[in-house]
Amino acid sequence: MAVMTETRTEGITGAARFVADFDAFLRELPSEPAAVTALRRMAIERFAILGFPTLRQEAWRQTNVAPIAQGAFVRQSFRPEASEPAVDLSGVDPLAVGAAARLVFVNGRLSTRLSSMDELPPGVVVASLAESLEKAADKVEPWLGQYARFEDHPFVALNTAFLRDGALVWVPRGVVVEKPIHLLYVSTPENGNPVVTFPRNLFVAGENSQVTLVETYAGEGVYFTCPVTELVAGPASVVDHYKLQLESRDAFHIATFQVEAERSCTPSSHSISIGGSLVRNDVIAVLNGEGIDCILNGLYLGEGRQTIANFMRVEHAKPHCASHELYKGVLDGSARAVFNGLIHVHPGAQKTDAKQSNRNLLLSPSAIANSNPQLEIFADDVKCTHGSTVGQLDEDAIFYLRSRGIGAEAARSLLTYAFASDIVERIKVDPVRRDLEEFLFARLPQGEVVRQAV
Amino acid sequence: MLQIKNLHVSVDGNEILRGIDLEVPTGAVHAIMGPNGSGKSTLARVLAGQEAYEVTQGEVIFDGKDLLEMDPEERAREGVFMAFQYPVEIPGVSNTYFLKAALNAVRKHRGLTEIDAMEFLTLVRQKMKLVQMEESLLHRPVNEGFSGGEKKRNEIFHMAVLEPRLAVLDETDSGLDIDALRIVADGVNVLRQQDRSFLLITHYQRLLNYIIPDRVHVLLDGRIVRSGGKELALELEEKGYVWLEEAAAQPVGA
Repeated sequence: MAVMTETRTEGITGAARFVADFDAFLRELPSEPAAVTALRRMAIERFAILGFPTLRQEAWRQTNVAPIAQGAFVRQSFRPEASEPAVDLSGVDPLAVGAAARLVFVNGRLSTRLSSMDELPPGVVVASLAESLEKAADKVEPWLGQYARFEDHPFVALNTAFLRDGALVWVPRGVVVEKPIHLLYVSTPENGNPVVTFPRNLFVAGENSQVTLVETYAGEGVYFTCPVTELVAGPASVVDHYKLQLESRDAFHIATFQVEAERSCTPSSHSISIGGSLVRNDVIAVLNGEGIDCILNGLYLGEGRQTIANFMRVEHAKPHCASHELYKGVLDGSARAVFNGLIHVHPGAQKTDAKQSNRNLLLSPSAIANSNPQLEIFADDVKCTHGSTVGQLDEDAIFYLRSRGIGAEAARSLLTYAFASDIVERIKVDPVRRDLEEFLFARLPQGEVVRQAV
Repeated sequence: MLQIKNLHVSVDGNEILRGIDLEVPTGAVHAIMGPNGSGKSTLARVLAGQEAYEVTQGEVIFDGKDLLEMDPEERAREGVFMAFQYPVEIPGVSNTYFLKAALNAVRKHRGLTEIDAMEFLTLVRQKMKLVQMEESLLHRPVNEGFSGGEKKRNEIFHMAVLEPRLAVLDETDSGLDIDALRIVADGVNVLRQQDRSFLLITHYQRLLNYIIPDRVHVLLDGRIVRSGGKELALELEEKGYVWLEEAAAQPVGA
């Protein structure tokens, strides 16, 4: 069993531990394009300088990553002889019903045994990134690491230094992939030790193509998932992306989704965050052509002591683009949510239509939601709106429902469901939407009444 | 069916109802009239169980049971229905499915089996006709984007589906044009039957041209100052409430 070289790094904690491990990791890797090796060297150097963020840094003030920095995680291994740990997929399996392709990554590495491929249109590539780095570098090199910037983001730097496996989805010009492509990332302890994985995904949608992608993250016990996904949406392409964060409640999940949008494309992303003890999702969309219509929606459900942060950055670089963001959160217990939404309109990006909305429903007096919208506008003929709300269930609505015979608990659940369903309804992949509905029925008290009433 | 005895109710320390005595027999239609601020709506909401109101004295007996002891949903299941003066918009909750859940809660309480989807659809279609409600309103979220008249009709539609034993209509006529008023009144008249009582709360006499009450009570400053037959409503229409306000010093009682 390959483990992070524990003897050598003993006593070293925090960022230094990862930096010290980097050379050992490189030696473990089979061949790869020199440019990729050069990229990871730059990234680890940058990470050595940045280190793990502290609460003193504005962007991380509300998300304390000390448990990650101090954690002793076993790094994902790519030694050929490493065996694949057994995992239970029963919870996530139904999501991928009817998929065009399903790739399953166990502790960061593709499991060919668990993955399956339906019929794909000619020219479409759905493959392991690790394999593609060796065999199809032309489908990887021009894009990998070109969009997700690690200069200011230690976790993107860390991912870039240690990237190896993940999904490559490459759709040629003009091709429509009708069924969704599912990517499942599952983490499980290695010999009882918590693991860290750095899934790296590259999605390239050619001009006038169409594809639907679903990323699902799950696992058991304590672990740390640090994924980076780069999506290049070519001119006039239609890309629907879903991310389901269903990690274990003891897991750490710090992810970046980077969208590079070209002329007249319509990318959409729906991010559902349910699991994890400490979760941060960074979504960065660069609208780098005219006539783009970009949708970024999200739903986060926190309870217990979960912290869920969503950091959004939409760059309107060209005129005549629309971006619509709707993020909703339901927070119970002592859960804490952070929403940080930046809309940046570049000079000359006239006729920008940017809309951002963040709504939080607090079900308990000790739940907290922080919402920080930010607008940076350097063009004068634009329409930019933002709104954020933090509130409780409407007592008048509860009374109305009760006055018709619905029990108090069921009434609260029904209104909570209604709040969340706004996002759930927008999920176009049927098994995913149904699974999420079922999850809500199961989670909400008196869920059976809710099921009947919606 | 309904007995209200010496009911005193306060909101935030202000006494709104100051000793109401009222008895509505089974199958009777009683109207409560009164000017703004007289406590009419407070009475309706107390009967429905709204928690912001504090009952400081008195009791309310419904079918021999202590109504004030019950939660709002228990009252509904026992057969009390209040049509809201301001029906609440509930985004994301379907008007039909919610009603089905409500009906099943009521049926379960009454020891009946749950209604299946087909039976429910037949029932709903039939009841919709009562209030001439457009089918599109069934599939929309509860009251969301409904016009004022549509909301009031939706309340009567809910009532028709839930088949309460006591229906309290809180100013259901307010703001309705004459056509909508007739539709609402027709809906109520169809539902009038021997084992169902109505308490109509209204500011204006006009509703009572269409729903003929068995008895009319006038509420002033938290007390019932006069009770009479349907002709009392006409007298009020003619003279206004002022002549009764003078008499309020010496309440006549119910």
